[in-house]
Amino acid sequence: MDQQEGYADDVVKGFLISSMFWGLVAVLLGVVVSLQIAFPQLNLPPFLSYGRLRPIHTNAGIFGWGIGSFMAFFIYITQRLTRTRLWSTGLARFQLWLFNATIALAAATLMLGMTRSKEYAELEWPVALLVVVLWVVFSVNIVMTIVKRREEQMYISLWYILATLVGVAVLYLVNNAGIPVSLTKSYSAYAGANDANVQWWYGHNAVAMVLTTPPLALFYYFLPKSTGVPIYSHRMGVIAFWSLIFMYLWTGAHHLLWTPVPDWVQTLAMGFSVMLIAPSWAAVFNGYFSMNGQWHQMRENYLVKFLIFGITFYGLQTLQGPSQAIRTFSAFIHYTDWVPGHVHMGTLGWVSLVLFAGIYYTVPRLYGREIYSIALADLHFWLAVSGQLIFSISMWIAGVQQATMLNAINPDGSLHYSFIETLVELYPYWYARALGGMIYLAGLLIFLYNIMKTMTADATQVAAQKAFRGETS
Amino acid sequence: MIEKKPIVFLLLATATILVGTAVTMVAPFWWVNDPKLAIASVKPYTPLQLEGRDIYIREGCNNCHTQTVRPLLADTERYGDYSKSGEFAYDQPFLWGSRRTGPDLARVGGKYPDAWHVKHMADPRSMVPASNMPAYAFLKGPLDPRLTERKMKALHFPYTPADLQAVQGKSEMDAMVAYLQKLGSDIPWRKATEKSLVGELKNPFLEDKTVIPEGKALYLQHCAQCHGKELKGEVGPSLLDLDKPHAQVFTTIYGGSQAAGMPAYGDSLGKERVWKLVTFIKSQHRH
Repeated sequence: MDQQEGYADDVVKGFLISSMFWGLVAVLLGVVVSLQIAFPQLNLPPFLSYGRLRPIHTNAGIFGWGIGSFMAFFIYITQRLTRTRLWSTGLARFQLWLFNATIALAAATLMLGMTRSKEYAELEWPVALLVVVLWVVFSVNIVMTIVKRREEQMYISLWYILATLVGVAVLYLVNNAGIPVSLTKSYSAYAGANDANVQWWYGHNAVAMVLTTPPLALFYYFLPKSTGVPIYSHRMGVIAFWSLIFMYLWTGAHHLLWTPVPDWVQTLAMGFSVMLIAPSWAAVFNGYFSMNGQWHQMRENYLVKFLIFGITFYGLQTLQGPSQAIRTFSAFIHYTDWVPGHVHMGTLGWVSLVLFAGIYYTVPRLYGREIYSIALADLHFWLAVSGQLIFSISMWIAGVQQATMLNAINPDGSLHYSFIETLVELYPYWYARALGGMIYLAGLLIFLYNIMKTMTADATQVAAQKAFRGETS
Repeated sequence: MIEKKPIVFLLLATATILVGTAVTMVAPFWWVNDPKLAIASVKPYTPLQLEGRDIYIREGCNNCHTQTVRPLLADTERYGDYSKSGEFAYDQPFLWGSRRTGPDLARVGGKYPDAWHVKHMADPRSMVPASNMPAYAFLKGPLDPRLTERKMKALHFPYTPADLQAVQGKSEMDAMVAYLQKLGSDIPWRKATEKSLVGELKNPFLEDKTVIPEGKALYLQHCAQCHGKELKGEVGPSLLDLDKPHAQVFTTIYGGSQAAGMPAYGDSLGKERVWKLVTFIKSQHRH
């Protein structure tokens, strides 16, 4: 057990419980909105219609489940890598309450239609201000802990943590600049193509700074911890780190190919997106090569399964993403269901699998127990992977089919299909996506049950577990 | 070395992030919305249109509808002239969207009559049976001209007291329709892209009754929502016993008539299918 005296771990528990709650909300809402697309009668306006619920789904997923877990793990990992107690436990406890209040307020205001409309930056200015406070409090605490550390070297996970702290701050402040009209309404400070370019500089780097650097920090920490072998190459990690955070910021406009944003911005975005394959795959190789001689652990150690499948989906994601960033391919699949298929391989496959591994690893240690059931964790793994694959693959096929139909031209130059004729063909895929989401949800419920049973196992069970392993308490 | 100095590390990481930011996010401000790219005919939103735009934002329409036509054949044929930077100079925020679960709306202004929008928003499946769009029949609430005025001031849009007065007594639905009708219509693209129909307009199916079933199927899909399943008229006029010559019916369907609120179907259907439609319509009589 590496549960050590003196670490501020109660807040870690608090953040984990909160993030799992918001993760459940995000997946539940995901299933709801996927059904609303397939069965429009399920829209219950005004509060429960797709246009209002979809932003709650994405915000609960990215900020509630994603950021919530990262807050937990950054606090957990930073303390252990620096061998130093968190700088301020009081501040962290305040941060925990503010975090939950902010996410709850975000959900409520979005349901009431208070939105800035910019993707992943929808929150109206008073709520966005709370997010800023939250991030400052969090960053100060982590940075101060690192400054006051007792371990001289900063392991690579800490690099990714520091980059995340500064990256999110810059992105969020710039893209949320606005002109308030009332407490519940504001307009963006930028107009038209400028606003679009700022938004996707933000949007794509939210992918970098929330959905890439934090899970990489976790991956570099939890893979060696779970396998008992070190990361294959520190140097490759260093090169990958700097090139990753350098290149990512150039790529936002690949969301805006063929729009009125200047061509040279689009071309730079396209070029850098392709270049990003190198640092992304450096992390993938680092993961794979670390497993040299250890591949048997895929069978024996359920944590490794989550982590290696996670980094594999990251690898696939970072090949598919750059291909979509190329003008010709973008012209074909952009604006179709292909894109949600791509996004969910990243969120359900890469990010969430790593988060699951992190939670399976830390909860037993934080509570001084064994995991309640490895069999259930295995079942969760297969449900998560198959649910996600059903989701993504059906969406990729749907995207290609619709794109092909939209581009079909008659010999006289007229369009072969009207828009609605292409939409009709999507319903079967939408049913398949909802099914994939429900399978993922079933896996998530099993995961939550397993974790809850682990947390609440009574003293006699814990003693029995220890006796079984031949330990003394 | 920097692996041991967190503050130096933090500063270096920040600098690294700011390079791409400066080039691809800050620098374009000198290119975009440049006065040289401004389009004189593009006007700011009126108070009523702005309220409509805010309802569009509130209801999250941008989650399913884009507002940029790309310079690609399938886009321009389906939606109209490709979008220009200058057309969005007053869009705070931009509403280009990222997914077309529904069609692009950048050029929807002037495509359908107001009555079509009202009916479609209230019950989308009454107009497009296979549509998966949520219903917006609840947009009945009144507008608040005092709030509207604050919005106009915040955005520095010009308005007269009469413009503001026009908001009084209007419903959210009225505002929404006013907004949709403005979209993409500030530049005269419909005129510019109007197909010049060369040659004699002669129905190739004049004596060919076998195309009537296909014409009927096309009618039910594209026309029945406004002209009624029995051609008796609804949003649009009755088409029974149409006394206009084939060529004129063809021109109206092919090129549309903005004055009459009739959308153009030439780009999406092509000549052959439009002639089949004409043949079907001309064959329908009151009994």
